[in-house]
Parts: sequence; C-alpha cells; structure tokens
Amino acid sequence: MTERIFYAVAGMGRKVRAQALVASDGFSARYDLDRIRGTFSRPEHKLAGKSYVGRVLILDAAKGGVATAWMLREMTARGVTPAALVLNRANPIMVQGAALADFTVISGFDRDITKAIPDGAEVEIDPTGERPFIRVVSSISSS
Amino acid sequence: MRGGEFGPLRQWAIDHQIKVGTYLGAADLVPVTQAHIMADTESLGRSGVEWLERWTTLPPAQRQVRIPAITDPRGTDFAHAQRLKQQPWMLDLERRAIAAFEALGVLMTDTCINYQTIMPPVRGEHVAYGDTGVVIYCNSVCGARSNFEGGPSALSAGLTGRTPRYGYHLDAARRATLLVELSWTPRELNDWGALGGVVGRLAGDYSQVPLIVGIERVPGPDEMKHFGAALASFGSVPLFHIAGVTPEAMRVEDVVPAGQTLRTHDVAEADIRALQARYAGNKDAIDVVVFSAPQLSLLEMQTLAVLLDGRNAEIPLLAVTSPQVKPDCDRFGLTARIEAAGGTVLSGMCFYQSYAREMAEANGWRRLATNSAKLANIIGGYGYRPVLLSMEQCVEAACAGSKPKPSVRA
Repeated sequence: MTERIFYAVAGMGRKVRAQALVASDGFSARYDLDRIRGTFSRPEHKLAGKSYVGRVLILDAAKGGVATAWMLREMTARGVTPAALVLNRANPIMVQGAALADFTVISGFDRDITKAIPDGAEVEIDPTGERPFIRVVSSISSS
Repeated sequence: MRGGEFGPLRQWAIDHQIKVGTYLGAADLVPVTQAHIMADTESLGRSGVEWLERWTTLPPAQRQVRIPAITDPRGTDFAHAQRLKQQPWMLDLERRAIAAFEALGVLMTDTCINYQTIMPPVRGEHVAYGDTGVVIYCNSVCGARSNFEGGPSALSAGLTGRTPRYGYHLDAARRATLLVELSWTPRELNDWGALGGVVGRLAGDYSQVPLIVGIERVPGPDEMKHFGAALASFGSVPLFHIAGVTPEAMRVEDVVPAGQTLRTHDVAEADIRALQARYAGNKDAIDVVVFSAPQLSLLEMQTLAVLLDGRNAEIPLLAVTSPQVKPDCDRFGLTARIEAAGGTVLSGMCFYQSYAREMAEANGWRRLATNSAKLANIIGGYGYRPVLLSMEQCVEAACAGSKPKPSVRA
C-alpha cells in the first residue's frame, strides 16, 4: 500500500508506532473496556472481545462519561493500555485523560479516519508538531 | 501559578488546564464558582490514589482548593460493603482517597444529584462539574455553563478557581444543532430515560445540542434527571433545550439563529419502545434489582417505599441515594419501609462506580433489572445483562412470589 498521511486538527502526547485496531464505533474506558483483561467488553461494541493492549485505537467518537479522565492514567500505570487513540471527534474527557496520563491522542480529520486506515495496519502517530498526523507505515492483515 | 510560586499542585493544575484548553481551542480561562469532582477508586486505581496522596504532604496553603469543591459518589457505602461482598482492599482504597480529598479541602458530598440536594447553579453561572448527568442537568435545566470536567480537570478548577473557556462556556456552542419533534410524551421515569437514549443516539457526539419540541407538559425534576442522564450517557451530550421549558429556549428562535435549518428527527412512542426492547428480558429470572444512576431523590425513595409496602423482595433490591437524602429517608421512615420489604438502602455510592464487575462475580449477579436507562447503557460492559423496566415492574420482579398487601402508609 502507498504510504499515506492524514493530518489531525489537534494532538497531544508522544510519537507512537504500533498496529491499528479500527472500528466505526465510539470509545469510553468505563463503558466499553474490561480494563483488567485488556479487552473490549461491551457486547454491542464492534470490537467486543478484542484486545486493545498496545494497539492504536482508531475509532469514531469519544462517548460515555467522565471516568476515562482518570482511567487512562490507571491503565497506563498497569501497562494494560492502548498505544494511542485516534478519533474523528474527541470530547473533553479524552483530552483531559490524555493530559493527565501523558497519553497520545489525535483527533479531527478531513475524512472519516476509521475508513481511511485499514484494520491491522502498522501506523505511526506524531502529535508533537504543529500539524499532528497519523501515517500508514504498512498495511498488514488484521490479527 | 505556572512558575510554581503557589506550589507544585497549583502548578500542575494550571499546566493541565493549559494543555486541555490548547487542545480544545480555549482562548483563555473563565472564573468558576464551584467544582464537582468524580473520583471513585475504581476509576482512580491504586496509582490514582497514590497520585492524590502525593499532594497531601504540601502545606495547606499550597494544597487546598480555592472554591467550593464537592464530590461525586464513592465506590462503596461502608455500612453495607459486606452485604455487597466488596473486598477489604476496595474499602482501604476508598478510605485513602477520602483522606486525600479531605486534605485538599474537598467536601465529600458523594452525590451525583447535587442539583437536587446541595447548591443548584443559576443561569449563566460558570461551573466546573463532573458526572455527565450533573453537567447536562445544570446546563439545560438550570442554565449554568459547564463542560464535562473529569476528575483531574474538576480538581484543577478547584485549585485555580477557573477553567479553560471552550465549548459550553461559550454562547455559540449552546445553540441548537438538531431538532427533535416528539409525538409522544413519556410517563414513567424509565420512559424518560429511554427517550434520552433515543435522542442521545440521534445526537451522537459532544458538540450536538438537541432542541426538543412537542412535549405536552413540563417534566418534573426527576423526569428531567433521567432524561438528561440517559441523553448524556448514550450521546455524550452535555446540553439540551426543551422549547418553552428550559430557560435558554423559551422561544425556538432563542436557540436557533434566524435562517438556520436544523436537521430534524421525528421521535414517536415506537422509537422509545424500540430502545427499551433492546433491554428486554424475563422478569422472572432477575438476579438483582438496582435503583441507581442517578441517585434517587427523596420523592423517588418515597415512591419506592410505597411500592414495597407489604411486599417481600426475594432477590437483592438495592436503592441508592445521596448522603443528603438518606437522613430524611430515615426520619420519614422510608428507609425502614424499604428495608422491611427486604430492600437495602445505600448512601453515597453509585452502583456502576462501585466495582460492579467484582460485585457481580462475588454475588453471582448477571441479570440486572433497573429503571435507569443510563445504568442499562453502562452496565453491560461490566458483564451484566440489563433489563430496563419501570420502577413498579422492577419491584414486581423483585417480589415475584409475594402478593401486594394493603399498606397503612400508601
């Protein structure tokens, strides 16, 4: 696949390179995750049963309540955490949680990012510059 | 503050706010009058509690909040922790978190209905509230101005007395973005919650502001509470307007700029029933009945007591209220009536914030009946199979084998 870069409106955190886990669905640490096992646990979620640990989560929008603001840090402390979060639309809770945890998040694209990045692709995220971006390094089959 | 002159905690707080505000496009900070902090220990974890404790060794002038700061529910009711089969380590963590917050000058109100019990904000008042149900009620029904402030950001606001000015602190963000034309007005609280779920799904994200038209009567505070809590939960939405009812939308044109056409959705009874059907289940096969999320008001507790008079719950029935309402329930005999029927009145906690997964495993709870659409939306992720019913149906499910008896108090 040709290398492709998608620029975000805003970003925070560090450079990350990892395998993408993609779905056109929302994200809330409280509502959607079994944070002990590191899996999506909400039965209705499109990633139900899948492990998020070490993956770049590419999802549509931040959902749910305010707990994620603490939970990202708690997940990071235990090492049961995604590598980064890439959202079409972030809400303040994701941003607040990322700020506390020094977690990487970028959001806001000129297209639906869940359609642009293949599930299982290796991606690089750089939120440190003036134009945060996600780059598809190589497209590989989903595990 | 940024230079550390007021100590490292306030320095962290202002840095946190600048990071968040920069990401979300805030031009500056706005003074706020109250902060409401969500910080149950299931969310905080050990690392979060240790992070809080780290600051408690600072001198009081450096560590204490500058504006009134109150808390969302805790992860337990210590008086009933054994009944819930919560583990000692959970209680220990809760005690440590409480001690840390008290050292920071936070008032441990432990409630998600502060707008019914503590200090409702007034129209135009800028606040920094956590708990999405608190934010949406105070923004919509009271006309206050708050974003969703997670625990770290609400604590920051308490410490600095301000918050980044983005989102719902701004006039432009408070205008309606979609119109919901309602052809059926809900009756029961679970119907109001289901309506909130339907509208939340239509809205879809944080920037959307639904304007509701067609409601036949003014909803009461508990109806607004269940509607708003579910709308915020299903849709991540912090503000709604009801034409002719909520204070910023006395007229449609107050929240819809002239010449603007909104995307419009018709919502009928069938839509509300369809959402409820997603949480249908066998009423005879329930493991636990939970009234929580939001905590019950005094009037909800009274209604529950009346429904339970002369009945006998044959499965656990948990009624969760606030530490401010509980003493009145005790004084008025409501606690005694609910507990005489086999129910348990819990105070200062919230079911889903109280190690719900561990409680399920320890008690063998899986099929949970509730009249809270918000709880039904959340609790599936913790391994439960929620069934959404009216309060009366929940009581029937709990007391399936016991016939109602005439009540002297009802």
